[in-house]
Amino acid sequence: MAVYELKTAKKPPIKDSGIIFWIRKNLLSSPSNILMTLLSLYILYIIIPPFVKWAFIDANFAGHTKADCTGDGACWIFIRVKLKMFIFGFYPESELWRAKLTMALGALTVAFAVIDRVPKSVKIASILILPIVSFILLYGGVFGLEVVEPSKWGGLLLTLVIATVGIVLSFPIGIFLAMGRQSKLPIIKTLSVFYIEFIRGVPLITVLFMASIVLPLFFPEGVNFNKLARALIGITLFQAAYVAENIRGGFQAIPKGQYEAADALGLTYWQKMRLIILPQAIKVAIPNLVGTFISLFKDTSLVMIIGLFDLLSMVKLTASDRDWLGFDTEGYVFVALIYWVFNFAMSRYSKRLEKKLDTNNRD
Amino acid sequence: MSFLRDEKVRGILYQLITIVAFAALALYIAHNTAQNIEARGIKTGFDFLNHSSGFDITESPIHYTTKSTHWDVYKVGLINTLIVSFFGIVLTSILGLIIGVARLSSNWIISRLAATYIETFRNIPVLLQILFWYNVVLAAMPSVRHSYSFFNSIFINQRGIFVPKPIFLNGSIYIAIAVVVALILGWFIHKWAKKRLEETGREFPVFSTNLALLIILPLIAYYATGKPINFDYPVLKGFNFEGGKTYTPEFLALLFALTIYTATFIAEAIRSGIEAVNKGQKEAAQALGLSKMQSLKLVILPQAIRVAIPPIISQYLNLIKNSSLAAAIGYPELVTVFAGTSLNVTGQALEIMAITMGTYLVISIIVSLVLNWFNHKMKIKER
Repeated sequence: MAVYELKTAKKPPIKDSGIIFWIRKNLLSSPSNILMTLLSLYILYIIIPPFVKWAFIDANFAGHTKADCTGDGACWIFIRVKLKMFIFGFYPESELWRAKLTMALGALTVAFAVIDRVPKSVKIASILILPIVSFILLYGGVFGLEVVEPSKWGGLLLTLVIATVGIVLSFPIGIFLAMGRQSKLPIIKTLSVFYIEFIRGVPLITVLFMASIVLPLFFPEGVNFNKLARALIGITLFQAAYVAENIRGGFQAIPKGQYEAADALGLTYWQKMRLIILPQAIKVAIPNLVGTFISLFKDTSLVMIIGLFDLLSMVKLTASDRDWLGFDTEGYVFVALIYWVFNFAMSRYSKRLEKKLDTNNRD
Repeated sequence: MSFLRDEKVRGILYQLITIVAFAALALYIAHNTAQNIEARGIKTGFDFLNHSSGFDITESPIHYTTKSTHWDVYKVGLINTLIVSFFGIVLTSILGLIIGVARLSSNWIISRLAATYIETFRNIPVLLQILFWYNVVLAAMPSVRHSYSFFNSIFINQRGIFVPKPIFLNGSIYIAIAVVVALILGWFIHKWAKKRLEETGREFPVFSTNLALLIILPLIAYYATGKPINFDYPVLKGFNFEGGKTYTPEFLALLFALTIYTATFIAEAIRSGIEAVNKGQKEAAQALGLSKMQSLKLVILPQAIRVAIPPIISQYLNLIKNSSLAAAIGYPELVTVFAGTSLNVTGQALEIMAITMGTYLVISIIVSLVLNWFNHKMKIKER
């Protein structure tokens, strides 16, 4: 007869949840891992405390003049005093509401474009109307608005104007170039390929030099563009080549059957493109397009080299004010933060889009 | 007009219209340009390349004086562009690899740290970073008299970094020969080891053998020829250092900014390359009993490289093109001295911009040829 023996209970399994387990698994799982954790903590230690000390603890926030900056840390008073310069440049004080209104409208348009529930017609209409309204508001000359010359535009306002115009104008040109590159007509194809590869092979700064120095030679005496217009031409022509390559990527992602089906339906080339191919190609290309727009936004800072007063050039300008000499550091950090916020938001948006498109394509 | 409905006819018609429009535009531009050039009294042609430039260049790798020609200016600019690009590509590859691998680390802090690095520097314009290094970091270095000194041979101050310069005496050629011999030997060992592995399955420590060869052979040559390499140390004389090799703040600011900025893209390329390798590959390697190192070396990396290298090479090209931003701080590379100073001196914008853009185009074409060659070589060989 078998005797039942009481067995000792097994130990409960090692806890596989909770913060202690997480730390052990992710930070201390092996000797090399522990070493890595210590190394990173050291890196954080040498970067974060001095930065926090400089930017917050020792920094000065209250006051109006340089004399109020007594601490060893950052002088944020400088940024506050010069904020108008950073954002609007030399835009006249009395007309500032126009620049502000333009920015608000721009923000509204972006909000429309990003929020899914807004109907497509509103999105497209707002994107088409924005440039016209913005131009009227910023430049004036009609409806009793005083003319504000583009040479007075500056700071973030100018950066946003260049980026927006670059994006809006390069888009249709890019589409035509991409179509040209895909075309069966040899001459059109060759011209498109040459243009795209030429632009992609040279740095933007040389294109901007071309636009600012050589372009005036191309037109008859008397035809004169202002500096801003030249920069915009340069940036748009440059950007169009990159947009074209993004769209081409979209074309290539479309199954051949779509082209054949369109042909079988008897659609003309333009109908086929407009109704079947482009809507799909652009949809596929959107994440890459956003990436290109991020590059464009960063690249707008190059206009400073040809003498425009964009956001980046405001640092040098404001820090050379006799009352505020030597505050470059604060200026660069502040401007870097602005660029960063815009680009980071765009890249997050592109990631979100990618995910959304990805699930749509899954069967 | 029914022939207009024919696709072929219409194709030809479209192209004819394009050609005519294009030619008309080209003629219009050429006509205006010719008139403008005459009206403004600008010289034409490439004669200016043989004229002396009349200005000095702060740092020149080749002999250059104010009497040198604009062609010399071009050469100095191009060489400086290539120098900063070369150092930038080497450094950014190392940094990018470290950050990319760190991004995939199982250690949470390391991976977050790498992600923060990438997100921070990728989203700030590289021109801003160049200016920040130049106007803030390097300008905050101590004055010449209070330089940071390392081993009394490396000095860091406002005027840049001063390091000892090697001087190659007679006999140092043998060291170079030793390096070449080591490389050739290494190649044969690699071939032999591969053959033996395929025939017998026995492995040979190729990497460590070759590394040892590459170190020992030149060392033997160095001592056998009586230590033919001397060092010229920088010495403080009066208000500045003399001797040694100087890296100017302009060069360093450009190099640091390009390296740090481009490394974010390289890290992302490496990450996406490794992530693109199918999980089953890793599991299969494990099931075959390969060690972690073996599975990385033999299974994961060869596949990851195929995905990662093309974007990395295009980032190298971007780095070369971005080196032109030196125009903002005055490092004398191609755009700064040739498309900048020479253009201002001669006023021959057309010729100079054509040469400059042509140069970048040639560099781009070379890089894309390398890329094509690589893609061809790495193509999955289907049987």
